[in-house]
Amino acid sequence: MAFIDYYKILGLDKKASDDDIKKAYRKLARKLHPDLNPNDKEANKKFQQINEANEVLSDPEKRKKYDEYGENWKHAEQYENAKQQQQSSGRRTQQEYSGEFGDDNFSDFFSSMFGNTSSAGGKRGGQVKYRGQDYNAELRLTLRDAYITHQHTLSVNGKNVRITVAAGIADGQVIKLKGHGGAGVNGGPAGDLYITFQIIEDPLFKRLGNDLFIMAELDLYTAVLGGEITLETLSGAVKLKVKPETQNGTKTRLKGKGFPVYKKDGEFGDLIVTYTVRIPSGLTDKQKELFRELAKTQ
Amino acid sequence: MDTELFAITDYCSVHQIDAAFIESLEKEGLILVVNKDENKYVEEEQLHMLEIFTRWHMEMGINTQGIDAMHHLVARLKAVHYELDRLKTRLRFYEE
Repeated sequence: MAFIDYYKILGLDKKASDDDIKKAYRKLARKLHPDLNPNDKEANKKFQQINEANEVLSDPEKRKKYDEYGENWKHAEQYENAKQQQQSSGRRTQQEYSGEFGDDNFSDFFSSMFGNTSSAGGKRGGQVKYRGQDYNAELRLTLRDAYITHQHTLSVNGKNVRITVAAGIADGQVIKLKGHGGAGVNGGPAGDLYITFQIIEDPLFKRLGNDLFIMAELDLYTAVLGGEITLETLSGAVKLKVKPETQNGTKTRLKGKGFPVYKKDGEFGDLIVTYTVRIPSGLTDKQKELFRELAKTQ
Repeated sequence: MDTELFAITDYCSVHQIDAAFIESLEKEGLILVVNKDENKYVEEEQLHMLEIFTRWHMEMGINTQGIDAMHHLVARLKAVHYELDRLKTRLRFYEE
């Protein structure tokens, strides 16, 4: 566990006044606040650092302890044991942007010196109802999973949460599960659980909105003379008629064979098939001769 | 079903903020305050945004007018991010 220089984090020296600390913290907070830097994990991490630095340096008691024992935090533990201080039973500061749920908002260094609770938490532990913390989770699904409505069980802070994922969920889509976040305090409402879906790309099908795209290979003879091929779609095999003289790269659209439209029963996008013509290889002498004869007719 | 109400005095005591801050948010139309039995409350649905505004105020020292402007800008930022993600998906599709 490395020592953390809270003064350095806030760009201050040890003589900084309370006002200097407040100003430095707010200035950095305006730059790094997660609400202003959505999806920026680096900014989020830095904000937690400045938050922690502020938590310690803005509290006279903590600052004194930090100044005294900071670089020798192990002695601080002994100091704690000797004084038999009881940890506050308060909860952590409300932070919906706390990143992945289950993560502590404070470093191991902070926890070893001050316990897991913030002063704000301690102040908030009265008989007042207070809303619980919001949690964020990510759920990875294959394209084929996202094609059908199905049940999924998530483990959130040791609890299993069973959800129904509606067919057609999109990559990056976020759903809110009300009341599945942290428990409220003193009978306050629980926070919410936000689940962000990540759809893993499929080797065969590409998805754009509700449309699916697939490449279908045609042998030269079917491409030239026309015929019928069987194509696997996500809803089963379909037979496709291929027109004579179909060119390489020709596209055909199969209405309603694409991806289901989210929460719209029975509505589907289209499947766009791109034909690629396979040139025969390993021809026999006779076949080559026939191709030469064919070429002469051009 | 009745919406749960949270007393503003309790909220202010928990967050150690002045009730005038909540009043100014209400004046700017950023939150809705419910008057009942001579007391002021916020509905549970409002609590989430109120906590966000309180954080902005306490952590960044933003005043109410600034919160109003930031609220709009953050909404726009989120919309731009959404559009960026959508365009990245399209670009990846055409690049492959």
